[in-house]
Amino acid sequence: MSEALANLTGVSRVYQKGKDRVEVLHELDLTIPNGDFLAIMGPSGSGKTTLLNLLGGLDKPSGGAVTVGGAELSSMSNSQLSTWRSTHVGFVFQFYNLLPVLTALRNVELPLLLTNFSAKERANRARIALDIVGLAERAKHLPSELSGGEEQRVAIARAIVSDPTLLLCDEPTGDLDRETAEEILKLLQILNREHGKTIVMVTHDPQAAEYATRILHVDKGKLESRSVA
Amino acid sequence: MKYFGLIWRNVWRKKIRTSLTILSVLVAFLLFALLNAVGQAMSSGGAMTGAARLVVIDKVSLINFLPISYQNKIAQVPGVAVVSHQSWFGGFYQDPKNQFPQFPVVPEEYLDLYPEFVLPDEQLQAWKKNRTGAIIGRDLAELHGLKVGDRIPIQSTIFTKKDGGRTWEFDIEGIFDTTDPKGGTALLLFRHDYFAETNTFGDGFVGWYTLRLAEGADPVEVANAIDEQFANSPNETETSTEAAFAASFAKQFGNIALIVTMILGAVFFTLLLVAGNTMSQSVRERIAELAVLKTLGFKDGTVLGIVLTESILIMAIGGLFGLGFGWLAAEAIGSAMAMFVPGGIVVSTDIVLLAIAMMIGAGVIAGIFPALKAMRLSIVDALARG
Repeated sequence: MSEALANLTGVSRVYQKGKDRVEVLHELDLTIPNGDFLAIMGPSGSGKTTLLNLLGGLDKPSGGAVTVGGAELSSMSNSQLSTWRSTHVGFVFQFYNLLPVLTALRNVELPLLLTNFSAKERANRARIALDIVGLAERAKHLPSELSGGEEQRVAIARAIVSDPTLLLCDEPTGDLDRETAEEILKLLQILNREHGKTIVMVTHDPQAAEYATRILHVDKGKLESRSVA
Repeated sequence: MKYFGLIWRNVWRKKIRTSLTILSVLVAFLLFALLNAVGQAMSSGGAMTGAARLVVIDKVSLINFLPISYQNKIAQVPGVAVVSHQSWFGGFYQDPKNQFPQFPVVPEEYLDLYPEFVLPDEQLQAWKKNRTGAIIGRDLAELHGLKVGDRIPIQSTIFTKKDGGRTWEFDIEGIFDTTDPKGGTALLLFRHDYFAETNTFGDGFVGWYTLRLAEGADPVEVANAIDEQFANSPNETETSTEAAFAASFAKQFGNIALIVTMILGAVFFTLLLVAGNTMSQSVRERIAELAVLKTLGFKDGTVLGIVLTESILIMAIGGLFGLGFGWLAAEAIGSAMAMFVPGGIVVSTDIVLLAIAMMIGAGVIAGIFPALKAMRLSIVDALARG
């Protein structure tokens, strides 16, 4: 593996629920090398999604430090985190989270609205991203006109269109049948192997995790690792 | 502008809801444009500066008559080029619904006073030869299918003839047009001498005087000179512009400005509730989508701006159409009431600018709370709620 893309050092995340103090992550240390395809598994409530949120700058740790691509996320303002996310991270969700009023092409183009690209350039890049995920011919379709697998491909295209180094996938196959799930996982593998994307994928599904190069188990806010590749 | 496609598609996410909201905005701004235009026409009073004609009425009330002897005295005031008189006849044709202005006038004086009214000379001569003759405007002729040679009965609600009847019959001797593109011609003019000798009130009075100013005459000075002349007499006068005259006519029906303000206040209060509810629903049902936008890197301010712009856009679409329809309605009503509002009913630039400011203001008020909610939402919580 090459140098580290992300480092979590002594990261804790505590939520206050009423008078109760819930510690979701406990002094967690993790290094994610550049080009890694990491699957994170664990039971519900173990802190998987919280870990993903911290890596993506959607949440801030209660203690410790999160560094991604040399940027210390824990010390950034919300506005700085927004700018950072728009250029460094792509997100893929379990339920795709496409905007139903926009076509596939316009959904993919969304992150590029935050750039200075011209409308033509944005459309060109969105078409290329759709082509990578094999959906160029569905560019003008609304999400409601696509299958679940196609929607997830569009979501992946949206995640890669701004060419981020890190892809964060939260249960990307959780809403898909086995065959479609395998297609999505193979696509993620291609993005990892051929396009050099570092991928962190949260999943419940051991078969999905097998597509990763490394699997980490999270339980009660702590990590245990098992190498796959 | 790059967010416009996203905003536009969000606006039309629920087509029926958005259409109904836009319709309510349209109606509100139609009323805003029309009522304000009517209010301005009725209560502006008209600036003296630049006025070409002035109207002299009884100082106490428009419904009081003025002595006919005032005509010569007014004519002698420096700055008065032509003066003549009219009276409100208050009649209808065939049915009480068919009301339009009828004035007993002195033919040549009247046409001299209103050069915009064009009557063929042979028709004027015929009118002058026939004491029961009358001329009508082209609008009125077309409205009731009247033509030269017809004899029409007008039922007066004010004046009784000496024979006890209230039906006055007139021979149509001419049909006149107007050169004023905004002026209406839905009126009937008949001879004052016939009116004076036939009605039971007698012949020593008129309703009001209209005068045309001599070139270069100062309207304010002329008006003051006339009113001073009749000060402390049994019939003191008030001289004003034609617009002010129309305003005093309208004030008989009530305080127009207050009525307009009250109606518009109620309309816009309701509008804000409707539009605010639409925007709240719109934001509530796409919390997850807004969270996704923020996940992708849209900043809080951008999300706030997007939601606010949606709200303003809905107001702008409905508001501009409302202004357009209001303008058309004002034109139509202004033409129909041209005799009462000589300046027409105009949706002025002031009204348009105020309306645009109100569209933006109402858009901000209706959208600000949903927009703040969108701006402040926590990505993690919103995504967890899905």
